[in-house]
Amino acid sequence: MAQVETQTVVQSKEKVSSPWRDAWKVLRKNKAAVIGFIIILFFIAIALLAPFITDYKYDEGVLTDKNKPPSAEHWFGTDYNGRDVFTRVVYGAQLSLWVGFFSVIGSIIVGTFFGLLAGYYGRWIDMLISRIFDIMLAFPSILLAIAIVAILGPSLQNALLAISIINVPTYGRLVRSRVLSLKEEEYVTAARAIGMKDSRILFRHILPNSLAPIIVTGTLGIATAIIEAASLGFLGLGAQAPEPEWGKMLADSRQYIQKAPWTVIYPGLSIMLTVLGFNLIGDGLRDALDPRMKN
Amino acid sequence: MNQELLTVKNLKKYYPITGGVLGKEVGQVKAVDDVTFSIRRGETFGLVGESGSGKSTTGRSLLRLIEPTSGEVWFDGKQVTSLKKDELRPLRRDMQIVFQDPFASLNPRHTVAKILEEPLQVHNIGTPAERRKKVEQMLEIVGLNSYHAQRYPHQFSGGQRQRIGIARALMLNPKLIVADEPVSALDVSIQSQVLNLMQDLQRDFGLTYLFIAHDLSVVRHISDRVGVMYLGRLVELAPSEQLYEKPLHPYTQALLSAVPDPDPDNRRERIILQGELPSPANPPSGCTFHTRCPHAMDICRTVRPEFRDIGGDHFTACHLYNE
Repeated sequence: MAQVETQTVVQSKEKVSSPWRDAWKVLRKNKAAVIGFIIILFFIAIALLAPFITDYKYDEGVLTDKNKPPSAEHWFGTDYNGRDVFTRVVYGAQLSLWVGFFSVIGSIIVGTFFGLLAGYYGRWIDMLISRIFDIMLAFPSILLAIAIVAILGPSLQNALLAISIINVPTYGRLVRSRVLSLKEEEYVTAARAIGMKDSRILFRHILPNSLAPIIVTGTLGIATAIIEAASLGFLGLGAQAPEPEWGKMLADSRQYIQKAPWTVIYPGLSIMLTVLGFNLIGDGLRDALDPRMKN
Repeated sequence: MNQELLTVKNLKKYYPITGGVLGKEVGQVKAVDDVTFSIRRGETFGLVGESGSGKSTTGRSLLRLIEPTSGEVWFDGKQVTSLKKDELRPLRRDMQIVFQDPFASLNPRHTVAKILEEPLQVHNIGTPAERRKKVEQMLEIVGLNSYHAQRYPHQFSGGQRQRIGIARALMLNPKLIVADEPVSALDVSIQSQVLNLMQDLQRDFGLTYLFIAHDLSVVRHISDRVGVMYLGRLVELAPSEQLYEKPLHPYTQALLSAVPDPDPDNRRERIILQGELPSPANPPSGCTFHTRCPHAMDICRTVRPEFRDIGGDHFTACHLYNE
């Protein structure tokens, strides 16, 4: 008897379809999202394997070889300092992905924390947090980022911090609105009836059910953050020479755009592709995680 | 030991209506207005009334899932309403709730095992192995199988989910269960199964029920005593048989006459109430039912009738029975 029971348990375990697993199945069937994944995995791979992919150094050039067109030696040509553009694009992937991931993770952590507080406790806490978010959102975000970097001093780290700060309200509001609707759910009332503490309700019931929109917005947010980092770099407020950040490369090479277009095309193309990749994944995730899309 | 498990005295829940830019309070919705009753150990107390009459608010206020505006709730010798949030927690083991909507009351991201184990975790009961065993036992008790534990709520039917909801309420071995319209979201064929289950459980676990419903035939089937609510107030309270045989309050009479009779030859007079349920933000003066009452007298418009015993454990709030 006992044996039979354990068998059925094992069998039913295989059939279990958890909400996350279901979403993954939907995502795998989405061609655009799969392409997005491939693009991003490709960029992650070259970022991680940069030293093995290229023999050149990103910050050392041969001045006699400056602005050379693409060739077998220099796949993407060389820039105005005679540095290998391919090498710089490859190392640039490290910087852009780093900024993209970590600024978004920072925004999500801080935004989620304040969003949970505002949504769950309401009253004056909500009032205070929401008004601060409103004020931050009232500024054009890149202007706010410029202001923050101007205060902290231009560097890639500070650009990351600035991008992280300006995006906090996006996640904060998102989480707050989710919490507002979720805390009225009956399973949350049930949790309170059981005698559960607020913190456990927040982290066991409300947060897990808010994760789907956070993940979607976060994925799309990585794309935005990469563009913002590139913009700050382009304005000279992000990465500093000789860091091979893509936006900075665009800014430095823009005066040679006619003489040596490859110095601009390849970093620009890289920005475009990574942003496209994250957007494709984000859209796919939205479709996969949206409960209304379930059949 | 006290015969009464739960005593509710003058329970009130008013919701403020705010208006204007500054959110000034411009009025109150009297969702529950001065409700007094008590529930005896082991009985099923039915609470009926139409939508908006305050029956769910009453049920949730006495568990303090909604903070009552005023009034006292005594549970097993302790005053629930005066306890602090932390002091309330141990008491939660003894009073549980079953919800109306079995789709909304289970977290869609948790497996049944997780849902049922959670009450035990929260109160630090047992080792993980013991908890798992108890979950499996409880699933069998409510008529499911132990292998259902690994499944998610969406893989069950409405009736099965309601069984899970009942199982969750039972995990802590409560004394009182507030059943907030536990069968009204279910198909009629499933309703009786769940009701029978609840009756079996009551016998086996010595439970006391506060059974909230709007379906009078369901309440009659399960209740020992029944309270009728109208516009936030109790208008009549009597042992089940007595209430159904000899309703006193005109509202109860109208309510009972609306219950469909399965015999088509049985012609009865139906009392059709005129008008709508008045707004609880602006209840009528005197007896709140006078606007729709076929027997309304002058006194009903000015003086609120007292809720009082008119003999034989039968309470009502109506001027018709004053002398």
